[in-house]
Amino acid sequence: MIETVVLDGFLQAMVRTATPLAFAALGELIAERAGVINIGLEGAIACGAFASFVVAMTLGPEAGFLAGGIAGMAVALVFAFFVITLRAQQIIAGAAVSMLGLAVSASLHRVVVASGSPSAHVDTLSAVRIPGLADLPLVGTALFAQPVTTYALYLLVPAVSWWLYHTTGGIAMRAVGEYPPAVTAAGHSPQTLQLLALLACGFLAGLGGATLVVAHSGTFSDGMSAGRGFIAIAIVALGRWTPRGVVGGALVFGGVGALQFLTQSMGWRTPYTLVLAFPYVLTLVAMAAFRGSRAAPAALGHTLEPIP
Amino acid sequence: MPVPRLVPVLASVLAPVAVIAGAVIGVSLLIMAAGYDLPGAAHAAVAGSVGSSFAILSATLKRATPILMLGLAVAIAFRAGVLNIGAEGQFLAGAASACAVGLAAGPVLGRSSVFLELAVGATAGACWAGLAAVLKRWFSIMEVVSTLLLNFVAVHLVGYLIRGPLQEPSGSYPQSSLLEPAARLPLLLEGQRLHAGFPLALVIACLVWWFYRSTAAGFRFRVTGSSRAAAASAGLINVDAVQMQALIASGAIAGLAGACEVTGVTYALYDGLSPGYGYTAIAVALLGGLHPIAIIASATLFGALGAGADAMQRDAGVPAEFAAVAAALVVLGVLAVPSVRRFRLRTGGERRP
Repeated sequence: MIETVVLDGFLQAMVRTATPLAFAALGELIAERAGVINIGLEGAIACGAFASFVVAMTLGPEAGFLAGGIAGMAVALVFAFFVITLRAQQIIAGAAVSMLGLAVSASLHRVVVASGSPSAHVDTLSAVRIPGLADLPLVGTALFAQPVTTYALYLLVPAVSWWLYHTTGGIAMRAVGEYPPAVTAAGHSPQTLQLLALLACGFLAGLGGATLVVAHSGTFSDGMSAGRGFIAIAIVALGRWTPRGVVGGALVFGGVGALQFLTQSMGWRTPYTLVLAFPYVLTLVAMAAFRGSRAAPAALGHTLEPIP
Repeated sequence: MPVPRLVPVLASVLAPVAVIAGAVIGVSLLIMAAGYDLPGAAHAAVAGSVGSSFAILSATLKRATPILMLGLAVAIAFRAGVLNIGAEGQFLAGAASACAVGLAAGPVLGRSSVFLELAVGATAGACWAGLAAVLKRWFSIMEVVSTLLLNFVAVHLVGYLIRGPLQEPSGSYPQSSLLEPAARLPLLLEGQRLHAGFPLALVIACLVWWFYRSTAAGFRFRVTGSSRAAAASAGLINVDAVQMQALIASGAIAGLAGACEVTGVTYALYDGLSPGYGYTAIAVALLGGLHPIAIIASATLFGALGAGADAMQRDAGVPAEFAAVAAALVVLGVLAVPSVRRFRLRTGGERRP
C-alpha cells in the first residue's frame, strides 16, 4: 500500500514536472494549429532559461520569468524569418534554430560564468498554498500548493482554448493550419497570422524554460532543456492537437518524470531508464491507434505560397 | 557549350564557401566580444584540426567518419522526400547491437566477428528506421515525429542496457565491458587513431553516388523526392514503397555508422556515445547539397570543426560551444543563400491536388 505522504509527494512532483512541458506544448500547439511545426522550440526553451537566469540575478525571479518569455520570442522571430520570409523547410530551419539556441545559450553562459557572476544561484519562487483549495484531499497539495508559475499556466490554458475556438483571430489562425487559401480569400494574411502564432509559441516556450530556473533549480546549466522542446511536440501529438489534450499529455510525461521520486521513496528496484522510454512509446502507440496524424492540421508543415 | 554551364557550377561551389566564411566571421566576432584571445583560439583550432598528421588523421578524419556516414544516411532519406531526423536513434541502435554481438561473439569468432558486428549494426539501424517506415506507411504517422520519438527511445534503451544486461561485470559503472582486441575494427596506421570505418564510409559515398547516377532504383528515389505527385502520376513508381525503402536504407547506413563508432573508436557502449552526431548530420547533408561526393567534403569540414573546437577548449580555454554556434550558423546560412537553396526540399511544400 502506498502511503498518503508518498502519493502526495508523487502527485506534487508530477504537476511540477509537467508545468514547463505544458508551457512549451501549449506554445507548440498554437504554432501547429497555424500550420508550422516548430522544432526550434528546444532552442527557445534553452534561451528562455538562460535569459531568466541572468535577469533573475539582478531583478528577481518574477522579472526573470518574464525575461524568459521575451528571449523565447526572440528565438521564435529568427525561426519565423526563415520559414515565413525565406520560405525555408520548417523541419530543417527548426533543427538549425534549436542548435543555435542551445549553442548560443551555452556559450553566453560560459561568458557569464567567466566574468565572475555575482552568484551561481538565483532566488526561486516558493510554493504558494491557495487557502481552502490546498486542503482538498488527494489533489489539494498537488494542484494548489505550487509556485505562481503553475497558476499562470492554469489561467493560460482556458485563455488559449477560448482564443482558439471563440475569437475571429483564433479561428483564422486555425484556418491557416488547415487551408491557407481560404484565409487569404477571407481577407486575412496567412503570413501575419503564422508570425503571431510563432511569437506566441516562442513566448510560451521561453516561459517553460524560465520555469526550470525560477521555479525549479534556481540555476542554469548547459543542456538543461533536456529535449523538452521535442517532448512538447510529442505531447501535442498525444493530446490530439487540442489544449485539453495537451494538458493531459503533459501530465503523462510529468508523471513518468516523477516516477523517479516514487521509486526512490518506495525503494522499488525498477529499471528506471526503461520507464523513461515509456511516454515516447506511448505517444507512438496512441498515434498509431488513432490512425496517425489525422487529427493534425491538414496543412501542417507546408510552406505558404509566396505573396503575389 | 561548356561556358554557360560553368556559372551554376561556380555558384554551387562558391555559395557554401561564402556560408562557411560567414559562419567563421560570426563566431570570431562572438569570441572576441566575449573577451577571449581570438588569435590564440584560432591558432589552437587550426593546429588541432589540420596542424599535424596526427591532428588530421586522429582528430579530424576520425571525427568525420561517423558524421560522413550519418550525413549520407540523412541525404538518402531527404533526396527521396523523407524527413528522417532519427539518424541519432538509428546510430545508437546500430552501436548497441554491434556492441552486444561483439561482446558475445568476439571471444568465439575472433577476427571475423567484426563483419558480424557491422552487419548486425546495419540491420539494427534498418529495423529502427523500419519502425518509423511502417508507422508512416500503414498508420500515417509523420516520419518527422516518429523518428524523433524513436531517438529518445533509443537513448533510454542504451541507458537501460548499460545498467542492466550489458553492464560491465563489476556493476559499478554505467557502461559495457570493452570489446576484445580481435572484435575491434583495425586501425589504418601505426600510432594513429583512424580506423577502417573511414575508407568504408568513402566507399559508401561512392556507391550512393553510383546508385543515383546509374540505377533505375536511384532514379525512382530522386524523382519521388523531386515531386511526389509527378512520380505517382508517371504510373510506374510506387511512391509509398520508394519512400519506405529510402527510410530503411537510410537507417541501415546510420546503424553501420554506430557499429563503426563502437568497434573502431570507443570499444564500449556508454551514455553520450554520440554527442549529437545524428543532428550534426543534417547540417552536413544540407551543406553538401545532399550530393554524396560533396558530403565527403562537408563531413570533413565538420570533423575539422569538431576537432578544432576540442583543441580550442583544451589549449586556449575557449568553450567548445562556440563551434556549435558556427555549425548552427552554417545550416541557417545554407537555408538563406538562394543558390544553395536550389536544392530546396520538396517535402510538405507541395500543394495537394
